[in-house]
Amino acid sequence: MRNVIMGLLLLTAACASQTPPPRTASAGPAEIVSIPLDPYPSTYRAYPSVTTVIRNAIVFDGAGRKFSPGAVRMENGKVAEVGADVAVPAGAIVIDAGGKYVTPGIIDIHSHLGDYPSPGVQANSDGNEATSPVRPEVWAEHSIWPQDAGFARALAGGITTLHVLPGSANLFGGRGVTLKNVYGRTAQDMKFPGAPYSLKMACGENPKRVYGSKGQMPQTRMGNIALDRQTWSDATNYKRKWDDYTRRARAGTAKPSDAPRRELGNDTLMGVLNGEILVENHCYRADEMANVIAMSHEFGYHVAAFHHAVESYKIADLLKKEGICSAMWADWYGFKMESYDGIRENIALVDHAGACAIVHSDDANGIQRLNQEAAKAMAAGNRIGMGITPEHAFTWLSLNPAKGLGIADRTGSLEAGKMADVVLWSGNPLSVYARPERVWIDGALIYDWADPAKRPVADFELGQPGSGDPK
Amino acid sequence: MIRAFGIAVAALLAGTSANAVTYAITGGTVATAVGEGVIEGGTVIVRDGRIVAVGKGIAVPAGATVIDAGGKWVTPGIVAGMSTLGIEEVEAVDQTNDTGARKSPFSAAIDVAPAISWRATPIAIDRLGGVTRAVIGPDATTDIFGGQGAIISLADQPGILMRPRAFQLIEMGEDGAQFAGGSRPAAWLNLRNGFAEAQRYARNPAAFDSGRVRDSILKRLDAAALVPVVEGRIPAVIHVERASDIIAVLGLREEFPRLRIILLGAREGWLVADKIAAAHVPVLTLPLFDLPDEFETLASTRSNVGRLVAAGVQVGLAIYGGNSGWQARNLPYFAGNTVAQASVPGGVGLTRGQALAAMTRVTAQIFGLTDLGTLEVGKRADVVVWDGDPLELTSAPVSVMIDGVAQPMVSRQTLLRDRYLSLAPGTLPLQYRK
Repeated sequence: MRNVIMGLLLLTAACASQTPPPRTASAGPAEIVSIPLDPYPSTYRAYPSVTTVIRNAIVFDGAGRKFSPGAVRMENGKVAEVGADVAVPAGAIVIDAGGKYVTPGIIDIHSHLGDYPSPGVQANSDGNEATSPVRPEVWAEHSIWPQDAGFARALAGGITTLHVLPGSANLFGGRGVTLKNVYGRTAQDMKFPGAPYSLKMACGENPKRVYGSKGQMPQTRMGNIALDRQTWSDATNYKRKWDDYTRRARAGTAKPSDAPRRELGNDTLMGVLNGEILVENHCYRADEMANVIAMSHEFGYHVAAFHHAVESYKIADLLKKEGICSAMWADWYGFKMESYDGIRENIALVDHAGACAIVHSDDANGIQRLNQEAAKAMAAGNRIGMGITPEHAFTWLSLNPAKGLGIADRTGSLEAGKMADVVLWSGNPLSVYARPERVWIDGALIYDWADPAKRPVADFELGQPGSGDPK
Repeated sequence: MIRAFGIAVAALLAGTSANAVTYAITGGTVATAVGEGVIEGGTVIVRDGRIVAVGKGIAVPAGATVIDAGGKWVTPGIVAGMSTLGIEEVEAVDQTNDTGARKSPFSAAIDVAPAISWRATPIAIDRLGGVTRAVIGPDATTDIFGGQGAIISLADQPGILMRPRAFQLIEMGEDGAQFAGGSRPAAWLNLRNGFAEAQRYARNPAAFDSGRVRDSILKRLDAAALVPVVEGRIPAVIHVERASDIIAVLGLREEFPRLRIILLGAREGWLVADKIAAAHVPVLTLPLFDLPDEFETLASTRSNVGRLVAAGVQVGLAIYGGNSGWQARNLPYFAGNTVAQASVPGGVGLTRGQALAAMTRVTAQIFGLTDLGTLEVGKRADVVVWDGDPLELTSAPVSVMIDGVAQPMVSRQTLLRDRYLSLAPGTLPLQYRK
């Protein structure tokens, strides 16, 4: 993941050279046309925070460690210290957790909040640009409605970061975007600063059903892969043109008008081939995942995570070898043919094989209780003797999704220097009886179950029956 | 180390076949679903398919098979308040989905009973989650009258149908409006007309048959199917969510006084809880919904069930809504979440006793299943032994008994799991492991 981030930084730096170079008499560097990497930058600003110490807690740090007793200090929006006890600076707010639990915020790697918002009326249905199976040019963030009440519900469930993806009607669904779960007036206000983009891809039934039913390719799984491959091949060609042009422009032998025509879809695909954009691939069946892996080798890209992945348990060894995460439900199965072989031990078996396991929601209700899904998955594993600890199971909710999104260096665990995205729970978060009491994002107290002033209400809900209810 | 625990337990219990066996389930924490308390170290005696004793210090009868529930919990089997168990194998595979019939000319007469398959894999999967009985509802797809639901047992044997034509499912609210042509007023006309035609049919079936009264829009079989509904012999399970729709449904009895209404959904029920209680109308609902995901559910909250129960409404937990995340085996977690809701400042939830009852006793009562839903002497012996608090996410049944018969603890899912426990290459492909 670090490589991806380094790549982004380098390319952002390259972008800066787009500003007109100083004109000199000599043949100085000509203008080099480049593709802006961040034309819709995050306008997220962390809300004010005060130095806060939570002591006398049981801490799951999200990276697999447990501190009991444990303490966390948040300072300047960052985690400053975690341990059995921590230093308490003068003026810090000190919270005695009284044995309650503290964890990092939960990260949902698969959400459609904002692009399939509440209310789910047709006018708000903005998740699938189902007009062509290849639509890498669309960006989920341009569909996000920041007045979705779902963000508030997810916050009350301890979600501090979420990845919003286009739907799975298309083979290439478009770009996904990572959000901090802090309401803004615009989607840009919610964007996680510096998080890599993703490309949503989809295997299996959905693309072939949506387009096959129109008498159009793809109509079969082989059609899926064929169209995928042609698209990657074209993208490779596009990348070659840009690479050629850039080389020549740098050597002073190409004019700006020599720059290739920009194709927005291919921009995204080239971003994947350049290692800047992560591939998040909806894929249920093990055999199809294997096909995708082979295709990724053919065209030289890497799949960050298979999503829905109900059959990951059948190829957990392969997924480990390839370093691909699986984003999974605890127990969904049987709603479509490709989900028929879902089993409750899937997450635990993937984890047990040493592969990266993630609990995801894909659901505006499920996102509110991802901790409960992790608990079910842990229990299923433990019933077949795996001995999974709660602090380990919590990695499926925090550090592993952060890895799957390329943001693990900034959030996903309670480690010094990371964003202070923290949840104080009323009990063990892997118990059905526990709820988040307070949630901090970048050190700012952004939710408090006991304080209506610390519970957001989306515009849509204002003045509606039940508005402001604790829900 | 990985072991296939389910198989061991199945081997232990499955050999005992007929219900002429006497069981003593001893030493468990017995939650009877009656009242709040539990019996610590309690014993449940089962003979000939019935519960014959429950309590502390009960002697184990001679010859009884003892199930040691020490350190475990014992509860009645779960009664799923609404589901599609047995009439649906793979939701999106039409050939296996008998919940709705978009192209059928019939509506109210549709009867799910003949479609129920005791070998549908969700039956075993949910049975492993402690579900022993289920209310099976059709899915209304084109008409406000969705058809007639049934009540089944989840026993591993043919003949699981307990009560066919147990109720009529009626879709009002936003969906009903669409089915009726585009508006709530049209749906209400359809509803009143349907009941009126049923009354006309009941008065004179022959006339209805021959004359086909000019403005009749119901088929004969559909009108006939609505007769027991309008006469109150079977309940009308009416799906509505919005508070104003609920009030309108409650008002139906002014026109059709014998109608027995059960509300399904009622996510805004808490806004009119006193009126629902005063009408003695029970509610079946899924307690986790809290989003304004439709305009008819703006006031959704996880406090709905708690507020309804506090107002005196009978509430049974139901699976409905078509999202397979809501499987019947998850009912205990839904119930557990209602308990958690009580801990939220400003939230209203259920006690643990109420939560257990909402997925057992109350649902049984709502459907008049008088010999099910609790661990009381004389009741049918649906007994589940859990490895922990039954409402807790980490707990699961270790033994499930239906009518006094120990059920196999195996499903297609446990077989898949066992096949893939080890991915190490063997002498033959994995497909030979079975």
